[in-house]
Amino acid sequence: MKGFPGMEYAVGFVFGVAVLTTVAGALLAALTTRVIRSVCGLALCCFGLAGLYYFLRAPFLSLMEILIYVGAICVTIVFAVMLAETDEAPARETRLAAIGWGALALFISGAVFWGVARLGIKHAWVLPEGKATTGSVKEIGVALLTTYGFAFEIISLVLLVAILGALVIARYGRTKP
Amino acid sequence: MSFDYERPDIYLAVAAFVLATGIYGLVRRRTLIGMLIAGELIFSAASLNFVTMNRFFVTDKAVGQICVLFIMALAAAEISIALSIVIAVYRNYRSIGSKDVSEMNG
Repeated sequence: MKGFPGMEYAVGFVFGVAVLTTVAGALLAALTTRVIRSVCGLALCCFGLAGLYYFLRAPFLSLMEILIYVGAICVTIVFAVMLAETDEAPARETRLAAIGWGALALFISGAVFWGVARLGIKHAWVLPEGKATTGSVKEIGVALLTTYGFAFEIISLVLLVAILGALVIARYGRTKP
Repeated sequence: MSFDYERPDIYLAVAAFVLATGIYGLVRRRTLIGMLIAGELIFSAASLNFVTMNRFFVTDKAVGQICVLFIMALAAAEISIALSIVIAVYRNYRSIGSKDVSEMNG
């Protein structure tokens, strides 16, 4: 990437910001006790992921990540937080049990992180042969309407059923039986 | 500060980290919405893995992106259903703590 002097450092800095945003958002989403802070952590994590998608040469996905995750999913969760009382009640377990279960969960997630990261980094991945396509928005659109047309229609059906189901379930109980 | 963003290692490590925090949150959160957020983190980790593999190890670069679009659509459907269930549960029990909702009624 050629540009003005120090361009590589600037791009690397932006990449580091994206990685740190993702990691900090994930930690914030998992560790805070207030649910609203957890939602903010999820939104932060999604912004970082959008940056990572941009570096992975998928700018369309990066826009979709912000639109769907931050714009739709986080806002929906915020609505649910407003409708239900969401602050976690004080833990009923004893202090010793809390420390024990926390340590167990930490051990499990640490083992998962170590194992998956080691598998991904150490594995001898095979580089593809042949000419690679560019993955532009045009290619995605053509593939969505030809090769993956059936799956696309099924997904739209799933979304329709999800909307109707959400309406029916949330309405149930509003009227007295 | 700079990282090598043209290699898959750091993306895979970040995806593994997000997966691990999602699992930790799923185990430790005590409310249904908190567990749902942890589930979304796991979805995001899977999406990041898809895009990384798509960028570095696949010739047809559209496939992974389409998979991630489908994952996003399924996540949106899942969250709408799950939140409506959470609200229905809150109306019945006046609580969304995962330990309070422990009896079934047919």
